Amino acid sequence: MKPAPFRYHRARDVEGATALLAELGDDAKVIAGGQSLVAMMNFRLARPAHLVDIGGLRELDHLGVGADGELRIGALTTHHTVETASPRELGAGFDVIRDAMAWIGHLPIRTRGTVGGSMAHGDATAEWCLLAVLLDAEFVARGPRGQRRIPAREFFFGYYTTALDPDEILVEIVFPRPAPHAALTEFAERRGDFAIVSAAVDLDTDGRTVNSGRVALGGVAAMPVRVPEAEAVLAAGGSFRDCAEAAADAVDPPGDANGSAHYRKHLIRTLVERACEEAMSR
Amino acid sequence: MNDTSGLGDDAQLITLDVNGTSYEVITAPRRTLVDVLRHDLRLTGTHVGCEHGICGACTVLVDGLPSRACLMFAAQAEGARITTVESLADADTGELGDLQRAFSDHHGLQCGFCTPGFLMLAQGFLTERPEASKEEIREVVAANLCRCTGYQTIVEAIDACATARRAQRAAGTEETSCN
Repeated sequence: MKPAPFRYHRARDVEGATALLAELGDDAKVIAGGQSLVAMMNFRLARPAHLVDIGGLRELDHLGVGADGELRIGALTTHHTVETASPRELGAGFDVIRDAMAWIGHLPIRTRGTVGGSMAHGDATAEWCLLAVLLDAEFVARGPRGQRRIPAREFFFGYYTTALDPDEILVEIVFPRPAPHAALTEFAERRGDFAIVSAAVDLDTDGRTVNSGRVALGGVAAMPVRVPEAEAVLAAGGSFRDCAEAAADAVDPPGDANGSAHYRKHLIRTLVERACEEAMSR
Repeated sequence: MNDTSGLGDDAQLITLDVNGTSYEVITAPRRTLVDVLRHDLRLTGTHVGCEHGICGACTVLVDGLPSRACLMFAAQAEGARITTVESLADADTGELGDLQRAFSDHHGLQCGFCTPGFLMLAQGFLTERPEASKEEIREVVAANLCRCTGYQTIVEAIDACATARRAQRAAGTEETSCN
């Protein structure tokens, strides 16, 4: 199908874009890579009256490790830029992020889709949203009232809903610490499809003993979630199998055409254990 | 009633660089890149399938990288280099490019509807990854749908082209037909 008519505005800078969003109100949407939004507009699931195109804001297309070892990713950085980033650009301990890119759609989606766009879209199965929740990312948003930082735990509200105000633009995502023993894995019916369930873990380990760890799941709730019950098993020295079992017991996943709640729990058991083993072997 | 141009009150003038030629187009903002290519520029080699980024029939290169032309408004492509399947054959003689010949030689198509998308996907991928293994090629072609071939012959065609290009480079040949 073809999208409904709208007015197109090209932003020259972030300030101009946010001023425009404030002026246009609820009828406006920001477009970056457009890999989710244009599909939704073609289906007329989204019918914004105005599009504010921030695609030309090159200052939001950057990737690098800061002085404190944190990874800073500009909102307009594409998934493909991340997947092809050099070890120097990405820094030590962020391989989990690079490797997760292969799960996002397919190459022609990753060349246009952006990190900020994926986060702001807030799909419950999106790899970036899961990584943000797992690794305690911080979101740098700018609006007419200035700039603020939002922790990942306060960023995702529910299905396609984030803490961003309608006149705010996500400018940067900060991953505060390296995660040398972390992994993300998922299952979809076909490679490149939206995950039915995705699992990610970040272990604190010397390579032999696991001291503690973080466990996050996608596709089991309205947004990616951390699973404290599974993390408690890791902290107590439990096995990966027990950790996965605890994760499946702790959540109440939805059942839909892609899989029943029972099936999703089965996937959680398999995927959490697999992610733990991958993370350990790094 | 049958205004397929979609031109409303907010027609806009945009400039597109397609296959090295600069075009000025007056179009509605809601026109996707693939529709401008086909309907305004009459470059009908790029096909339209699903219009939501799943099938890959509309794949073109945007600044050298494979992209879905149905998931981009034409206005977003202003300032970028767009490359379509029309660029692959020799513009004067119509002689097919090496990738197209490989698809023909290896029976990498049957009905041909998906072929322009596969060609541009492969063209962009091989430019970035000339050393790509057959496994990597197999992974990449999963991006596009082909309902005829079963993919084996497409993988073989792309692999054969990549192998030939590597041999050509190793031989130090300056003359290149690889576009």
